[in-house]
Amino acid sequence: MSSTTITYREAVREGLREALRADPRTFLMGEDVGHYGGCFAVSKGLLAEFGGERIRDTPLSEATFVGAGIGAALGGVRPIVEIMTSNFSLLALDQIVNTAATLCHMSGGQFPVPLVIRIATGVGRQLAAQHSHSFEGWYAHVPGMRIVTPATVDDARGMLAPALASPDPVLIFEAISLYNMEGELTPGAASGDLDHARVMRPGRSLTMVTYSASLWRGLEAATTLASEGIEAEVIDLRTLRPLDTATILASVQRTHRLLVVDEGWRSGGISAEILARVAEQGFYDLDAPPARVCTEEVPIPYPRHLEEAALPNAARIVLAARELAGHAR
Amino acid sequence: MSAATVITRERALYLLGEMLRIRQFEDRCAQLYGEGRIRGFLHLYNGEEAVAVGAMQALEPGDAVVSTYRDHGHALARGLGMNPVMAELYGRRTGCSRGRGGSMHLFDAARRFYGGNGIVGGGLPLAVGLALAEKYRGTQALCACFFGEGAVAEGAFHESMNLAALWHLPVLFLCENNLYAMGTALALSEAQTEVHRKAAAYGMPGESVDGMDVLAVEAATRRAAARARAGEGPMLLEFRTYRFRGHSMFDAQLYRDKAEVEEWQKHGPIIGFTARMKTAGLLTEDDYQRLLATAIAEVEASVKFSEASPWEPVEDLLRYVCAEPEPA
Repeated sequence: MSSTTITYREAVREGLREALRADPRTFLMGEDVGHYGGCFAVSKGLLAEFGGERIRDTPLSEATFVGAGIGAALGGVRPIVEIMTSNFSLLALDQIVNTAATLCHMSGGQFPVPLVIRIATGVGRQLAAQHSHSFEGWYAHVPGMRIVTPATVDDARGMLAPALASPDPVLIFEAISLYNMEGELTPGAASGDLDHARVMRPGRSLTMVTYSASLWRGLEAATTLASEGIEAEVIDLRTLRPLDTATILASVQRTHRLLVVDEGWRSGGISAEILARVAEQGFYDLDAPPARVCTEEVPIPYPRHLEEAALPNAARIVLAARELAGHAR
Repeated sequence: MSAATVITRERALYLLGEMLRIRQFEDRCAQLYGEGRIRGFLHLYNGEEAVAVGAMQALEPGDAVVSTYRDHGHALARGLGMNPVMAELYGRRTGCSRGRGGSMHLFDAARRFYGGNGIVGGGLPLAVGLALAEKYRGTQALCACFFGEGAVAEGAFHESMNLAALWHLPVLFLCENNLYAMGTALALSEAQTEVHRKAAAYGMPGESVDGMDVLAVEAATRRAAARARAGEGPMLLEFRTYRFRGHSMFDAQLYRDKAEVEEWQKHGPIIGFTARMKTAGLLTEDDYQRLLATAIAEVEASVKFSEASPWEPVEDLLRYVCAEPEPA
């Protein structure tokens, strides 16, 4: 069978289309998802295909349309709520953290919240400091939710179905910088699982943990490193909560070196959590202090060169990896 | 208005009995709190019983209810057993939330009681969504959303009123206006203190109701429910009421005069209803005493039940963070 080339945007849309076709209880709601076609054109065409009951434009009311998603999920339907950007999700933070993530536990298990929230995240369009941040690591701090970060077109399409099948809230963070990326859709690929990280490139020199758009920066760096004889084993986390620690530890057992690449900030970020877990559980497998390349601790600036400099770009990853690999065994 | 409402003796006994159950339950709660048997925040509903009892009469079993952190009255009036409610305050495994929520977080899936919410205004979006689910599925059910007048200042109130009206959702916005948001008087926090008038901004009907009159509350809620079930959308009811006790058990009540409290107590929901029903010849003092004794006995039984109930084992600490399959 031949593969199909598709953009990440089209892959997300295909996942949405499949979900809407598969279950009449499923509907999409959010700002400009209908008539506008989605801020990033993800849901373009879906209004015409599925109608206004199932593709619902909402007012600019993040707290309430997310809360309404929670209520609707409790009420027996399967809403997919879209939040335009990671930054805007903060307007709904109360509903996400204080309600969606707590109801199941506070009610003694009576009210799990089977809600899916799709959030566009990260840099990509020179949108400056109120439209470019990456808060998925923050959300991964909170028990009671699942945080997934598709990086490939297969995951962009395939993670939605298992997210909808989950009885608990799932936040899907779609990378803004990947929407235009083309990839090969694996024909007949099983529904993406939400539990496991994936080794995207094997290597013996060091373990490079990435997720979301950083996967591609990491793979680019790995190609450069390979030309220098450094073989990075690149892992795509795919899910930030629950974190697949076993896959990371297994890789570190093979490579004895750990580098984490994270589009979030360094302080208190998911990269810190990964380093801590490896220190706790894989300390004696390490031949060198673990390292990380994160976004610089600055609100993302507008001009392209500063935005690029703030990111964990391939050049910075290569430098960090060289230093890590240079440590005497 | 409702003085002329014709009700049966049986109905009068029922409504009074329900209000007395809540009152006795909470008076006992205050005592138990003083003894340190129940902890956490304890927000008592004394004085507001007519709202919960009256409003619940208009609801069907299939309707959803969203409450606030002052939720004991709503829970009991909705039909949650007094035993599991008291046990929840005790933090016991037999509590209606397995002891994990406490006073502010009473839940019951069987009665579609979606909880006490500790975030002021936090329940409104939830209620909009519950109503959206009913409308989407084409049922006749609605969602009754209780909140205090303090919640009206939250952005979630505006957003929720707008969305519910925009999508014609079957939500009953039931505002319990007890005049104080914790210790801040309404006039110190709202430019428009006639809460029901805010409905007009959303093209939604709003009505002010005597929240001390259980029959008036019931009648108004029935009208709002009938509209909602007929697909005519949400409605805002402002129940003018008063809490006789402090905001919580930590409240020294420096913000209001004792005379004001005493004046409201004279017009309390239980005292007022009892007097009216006696005058109407529907109730006798013996009836009142019998209902009171029944309520006290039920409360005492719930205390015994709770004291005898087990704690959740510490090994189960991490359960229910996520949904788990039913045990085989």
